[in-house]
Amino acid sequence: MTLLEKRPQPSRAWAWATPLLAVALTLVAGGLMFAALGTDPIAAIRTIFYDPLFNPLFAGYSRPQLLVKAAPLILIATGLALGFRAGIWNIGAEGQYIIGALCGAGAGLALYPLDLRLIFPLMVVAGAAGGWAWAMIPAILRTRFNTNEILTSLLLVYVAENLLASMAVGALRNPDGGGFPGSRNLSQWGSSRNVELIPDTGLHWGVVAAMIAVILAYVLLQRHLMGHHIRLAGQAPRAARFAGVNPSRLIVFCLGLSGALAGLAGIFEATGPAGQITINFNVGYGFTAIIVAFLGRLHPVGIVLAGLLMALTYIGGELASFTLGIPAAAIQAFQGMLLFFLLAVDVLTNYRIRTWKGASA
Amino acid sequence: MTTRRTLLGAAAALALAPGAWAQDDKTKVGFVYVGPVGDGGWTYEHDQARRAVEAEYGDQVETVFQENVPEGADAERVMTQMALSGADLIFTTSFGYMDPTMNVAQKFPDVKFEHATGYKTAENVSNYSARFYEGRAVQGFIAGSMTQTNKIGYIASFPIPEVVRGINASYLAAKAVNPEIEFSVVWAFTWFDPGKEADAAKALIEQGADVILQHTDSTAPQAAAAEAGNVITFGQASDMAEYAPKPRVSSIIDNWAPYYIDRVGAVMDGTWESQSVWQGIGDGMVEIGEISDAVPEDVKARALEIRDKIASGEMHPFTGPINRQDGTEWLADGETATDEVLLGMDFYVEGLTGDIPN
Repeated sequence: MTLLEKRPQPSRAWAWATPLLAVALTLVAGGLMFAALGTDPIAAIRTIFYDPLFNPLFAGYSRPQLLVKAAPLILIATGLALGFRAGIWNIGAEGQYIIGALCGAGAGLALYPLDLRLIFPLMVVAGAAGGWAWAMIPAILRTRFNTNEILTSLLLVYVAENLLASMAVGALRNPDGGGFPGSRNLSQWGSSRNVELIPDTGLHWGVVAAMIAVILAYVLLQRHLMGHHIRLAGQAPRAARFAGVNPSRLIVFCLGLSGALAGLAGIFEATGPAGQITINFNVGYGFTAIIVAFLGRLHPVGIVLAGLLMALTYIGGELASFTLGIPAAAIQAFQGMLLFFLLAVDVLTNYRIRTWKGASA
Repeated sequence: MTTRRTLLGAAAALALAPGAWAQDDKTKVGFVYVGPVGDGGWTYEHDQARRAVEAEYGDQVETVFQENVPEGADAERVMTQMALSGADLIFTTSFGYMDPTMNVAQKFPDVKFEHATGYKTAENVSNYSARFYEGRAVQGFIAGSMTQTNKIGYIASFPIPEVVRGINASYLAAKAVNPEIEFSVVWAFTWFDPGKEADAAKALIEQGADVILQHTDSTAPQAAAAEAGNVITFGQASDMAEYAPKPRVSSIIDNWAPYYIDRVGAVMDGTWESQSVWQGIGDGMVEIGEISDAVPEDVKARALEIRDKIASGEMHPFTGPINRQDGTEWLADGETATDEVLLGMDFYVEGLTGDIPN
């Protein structure tokens, strides 16, 4: 008979070993799936994990692209993780990402075609402010009316998506675009361009911002009183109250910060890799970042690794998809397996497996 | 000298040999798709054309494709990776790929690009699109002839010229045969979302529409119409023949195969040049799917006649007198619309109600 027994304390050894175990399980299960689809599983897995990093044909391009793809995920997940630690559930980062991009782009395009170096920083500030303001709606609803922020922040994503569609075909539409939807190309206008910091890498200010956010979040959690309050509120809400933590302030801080970071990710993406506000501007970073945050165990360093791993499965998955003809759905299933196993084997961190031999019966 | 000859000869022999070496000789063609190949509509038809290219050129060509590619940064990366992997020609099959295509084309001057439904070109970038509005005119005629309630529902995707053109073309054709008809347009703000499309179709049917026209790509409106009973529909982008003979009474089929075969051939023999084309029924890029038995014989005969007249150029779906929605004159008697106005069409014609969302 096998039973799970709760460990008095989470196992440190398993906390580090479970991600590796999960990857191993994914390779086996994913390999079986690829084999069932008639693809050589070794080739598929090598294309996903090895080629983007080491294949001489692609690596030069895809290595920096990993950072580019991971940057918005890391930026958003870092903010979300702070709230999650405190038991504040911002599920609407996707909406804050959209509104950040809209506000930033709007601020910049209002000044078109001025040639001014200040425009890009202004757009970045407007982007952060937009994301912050959008997150303030669930924050105030929660602190004033005790509304569940999971629902309100999530539902505001759909509001944001409709605003985006309306902006892309309305106020922000490129007047020189022949009636087609979408804003002017922000990455082609000198004043709003999110420049490539190192030539031919695609690395932009958003990558730098993500790294800074990770460092600041780390310092905040380890060294700052607010970080202490966040951890305390998550672990022991009642104790936190006795210790003088003001729950309302914490909610406003965590939602506001995660909203601002999501907004930043939005404007960096709009002015850089995406280049444009379009109807389909958002591609789900706000939701994927929730996975990244948990995958990274809500720890800033873990989030960086988790973000890079997600980016690798995206980029390697694309390569596998078109070089080996694997359906896009199989790649998504493979990503899903990875997340499933990561969360499933987590049980070993918190529980131990005990086996009784039949003798005692 | 002899050594050199031998080496060259050996190299030539290797190049002709099957297997790994021969691959370098193949023309490699990439396709970037916005939806899944199984969407039964837009992307499905592009993928059919890819298969047609393979069937046409066999061993001389290798095709690769990537489905479900979001428009934006991801598209640029996918195109770059395809170019890096040695593609000679890349078809980017959605409007939103326009700027990414231009960016990647700049970095790979030796790779040719074909972008669908946009308006930008470069030395190594062509654009191509189809005159779907020609098919809409045939559809509008059948719709106007067959409606009992005189109410026609229209599921529109995004307020862009192509969609507005389709609404205008089908309205004009329906109105010409049945002055009583009314159009209700629902903007779904999506190209492919079975749930939303089904909701839109149901709402229109509840309001009394017995014809549903769609400019979205899923078969969900067809299913909703089948469930409701006495409602007819038309296949969009793809034939959607599984819903024939009713509700689907006909369809507009995007037939990209002749164009793709032609362009791949041009890359093979080195005659590829940048161009901008807009082809219709006459060129075979737009096809009218079989008109089913649910349509009365005389209506069917006249619909086919309209199709053939449009194909031969004898008839233009936008022939004056046509006023704009606000009553001002657009086309004088006998005047036909210019491509320039059609390409940027952002207004309804007179008689349509409601506004184009902004």
